[in-house]
Amino acid sequence: MDIQMLAAEVPVEGEHSLEGIDFITSGDQYLTFLLADEQYAVDILCVEEIRSWENPTRIPNSPCYIKGVINMRGIIVPIVDLRMKFNISSAIYCETTVVIVLTVETEDKTRTIGFVVDAVSDVLNVEASDIKPAPAFGGCVPQNYLQGLVNVGENVVTLLNVNVLQEIEKHQLI
Amino acid sequence: MSVDLTQFIPSFLEESFEGLELMESSLLNLEQGDDETINSIFRAAHSIKGGAGTFGFNHVTEFTHLVETLLDEMRDGRRNIEQDDVELLLESVDCMRLLIEAIRDEQECDSEKIAENSTRLEETLASSGNVNTEALLINVDDTTDNNNDITRWQIKFIPEHHLVQTGNDPLLLFNALADLGEISLEADAKDLPALNDIDAEELYLSWQLTLCSNASEAEIKEVFEWVEDECELIITKEEHLLAVEVEVKEGIEVNTIDQSSQDEATNITTPIESSFPEPTPKNIPDKPAGKSKNDLGSIRVGVDKVDSLINLVGELVITQSMLSELGNDFDLSKVERLNAGLEQLLQNTKELQESVMRIRMLPISFVFNRFPRLVHDLSKKTGKEIELILKGEQTELDKTVMEQIGDPLVHLVRNAVDHGIESAHVRLANGKPEKGSIVLDAYHQGGSICIEISDDGGGIDRQAVFNKALEKGLVDEKTTLSDSQVFDLLFEPGFSTAKEVSDISGRGVGMDVVKKNIQSLGGRIQVESEQGKGSTFRINLPLTLAILDGQLVRVGKEVYIIPLITIVESLQPQKELINRVSGDMLLYRLREDNVPVIPIYQLFNIPCEFEHIESCLLVVVEADGQKIGLMVDDLLAQQQVVIKSLNDNYQQVQGVSGATILGDGSVAMILDVPGIIEMALTKAQINQQHQSSVQSQITQSISTGVNT
Repeated sequence: MDIQMLAAEVPVEGEHSLEGIDFITSGDQYLTFLLADEQYAVDILCVEEIRSWENPTRIPNSPCYIKGVINMRGIIVPIVDLRMKFNISSAIYCETTVVIVLTVETEDKTRTIGFVVDAVSDVLNVEASDIKPAPAFGGCVPQNYLQGLVNVGENVVTLLNVNVLQEIEKHQLI
Repeated sequence: MSVDLTQFIPSFLEESFEGLELMESSLLNLEQGDDETINSIFRAAHSIKGGAGTFGFNHVTEFTHLVETLLDEMRDGRRNIEQDDVELLLESVDCMRLLIEAIRDEQECDSEKIAENSTRLEETLASSGNVNTEALLINVDDTTDNNNDITRWQIKFIPEHHLVQTGNDPLLLFNALADLGEISLEADAKDLPALNDIDAEELYLSWQLTLCSNASEAEIKEVFEWVEDECELIITKEEHLLAVEVEVKEGIEVNTIDQSSQDEATNITTPIESSFPEPTPKNIPDKPAGKSKNDLGSIRVGVDKVDSLINLVGELVITQSMLSELGNDFDLSKVERLNAGLEQLLQNTKELQESVMRIRMLPISFVFNRFPRLVHDLSKKTGKEIELILKGEQTELDKTVMEQIGDPLVHLVRNAVDHGIESAHVRLANGKPEKGSIVLDAYHQGGSICIEISDDGGGIDRQAVFNKALEKGLVDEKTTLSDSQVFDLLFEPGFSTAKEVSDISGRGVGMDVVKKNIQSLGGRIQVESEQGKGSTFRINLPLTLAILDGQLVRVGKEVYIIPLITIVESLQPQKELINRVSGDMLLYRLREDNVPVIPIYQLFNIPCEFEHIESCLLVVVEADGQKIGLMVDDLLAQQQVVIKSLNDNYQQVQGVSGATILGDGSVAMILDVPGIIEMALTKAQINQQHQSSVQSQITQSISTGVNT
């Protein structure tokens, strides 16, 4: 699978989908990204920053999808490889590989986690009514991570639930 | 101009707690005829009462008033200082603390206890015949006899000029008087200087007041209690009136106008005219958010520490400007100056770091101060005479550490009183002084602090501990243990040698919790004891939780940090000193000790270049009295590291106590030595369980490693 080729292609698609959309008024904004050849998206308000890939420091005895931790301006941020997490494909690190750092404030604390994805592609405006429930037909991504599906042009973008993503260790590690 | 009083509440709370502590410690040292001590107790109570009154915390004021009355009687020698009264006062201090804590937490407090205590105070006040309980008795008179009698009081109030500078406002006093009855007043402005000479912070007026009220003289005097040293006050009773005959001029407003005109004259706003909010006890003002019980709020820092910080920041700014000037048009001829500048920057940063750390350091007396009271109460309860000696109270310790070490210390002191010190007749029979003593000592030892709790009691019965351990299956009958190993058993969960659970100890918080708390602070605890002579619990703690001295080591391609405090020594293993026991266990003979060797690369699953112990370096570390050897590939630098939590964004990782950021910006894990020992033990247990089955890959690789 040539990710780079796909990555080069997708923004074009994104442009099409954004044509004529009023950025300010229509719906919530989502950041779309690629995992293997699939498009996913997260709520853009949770995105702290997008970093280029750097080798993190390994955490002893952590699951394989926890790549380790990095230093983000003095904060220790764990890095999760989403492809490995979702068993989508094996991890390849190339030029477009980036880390999307997401911050979610829960009642008692703020948690910051970085997610490795193949490439970021676009910002998507989605009306709540456009979000379709994800069909429960299995697939690699556990159902509770899915917020819904959105049709963009001929593609389907999977919206991920950031809150559940952040609780990644609760489901998997303990 | 109105002053928002609520902003002063935190300081009031802080000062009140300090006052309460002072009251408590002074009460414990209170002896007959010690005027200075009782005066200081009285003053502390008085200022708490005053502060509470200002903010409208009436329940505190009322309660403290009773305490104060009792103290006043003692102060004036009208009442002898009896032990019972002192006990009552100590309990009252507890009640005051409850009340003030309730204010801090914005919660209701245990009113039953307060009510019970104030009843006892009232009873005590009423009990002694020779005691002049003026205020209270008159209060009673007022409500019974003089109920409908209206007295006309003439009050001449001539304040000193600086009255307002002490925060007193005549208007407030008059308002308080107006609560007692109908009031009229005339201001006397004859002392008012020429306009140009007016100092806005001075008060030039005096007043003639007429109060028609059924209040007693004492009640009127009480209103002026706060200013009695700062004014001339003449109260005369004019006549008895049966009916209310009032002649109210708009007295209070007149007064206000007078004052504001005075202010207008100078055109400076002064605290005089500040309109204080009506004290409403229910309406506790909004406090800054997040001020909860756990939030211990502020640190009081010595001015010298702040001064040194300011100096250092000044230095830093100078260095910075020097460096940026150098950078403007830099050429190679300036390299030397650049180096000098960088050197200076390094020095500044280091000093700044140390100074900032010092701000968090508080003398350990903050913790120690609670013990005199504790020992006092406990010795009363147990009927043992105990003297508490505090040493090294000025030793400084990080605030976070201090907050967490309090409870373990309380537990140890309780234990010393309950189990350590024998009862008086046993002591006398053993030829010891009747009075037992407990010593609390704190001192610095290298980069750590040592706190010792020692008693001259009976010591720990080694055999009893051993038998108990046998009973619990912790040891084998044939096991020979050193004294310290036996005493370490005390820290096992559920281990108590007390024959019965008493009121003082055995409430579920065991020594295991003490040990856990100390370990969570990165410290350790040791026990020394000699039968019949007493025992010593020695706690070693790092000075701060934020920074530690670390040894950087390399394992495979990864860098780990071993806290320097745990390292006993590092060495190159010699082949002939490596022993293999029970099939899969690696031991290194370190002089007389056999140190189990733990390959970190296996524990952490790190790909590693040297898997044989001969080619590795061995870092011998110690935790919980257990020495282990950690196999590392290389020793790197030693440096101070700032500890960052992994929990914030991730979770606790076994064997790792945190992370830090190295000079190059990368992250390195800090090893948790006790955790690693635990991991290795768990692993060994699992291995044993699978003994019959195929030996694990890991054990094989070790054995092959050793055999080659």
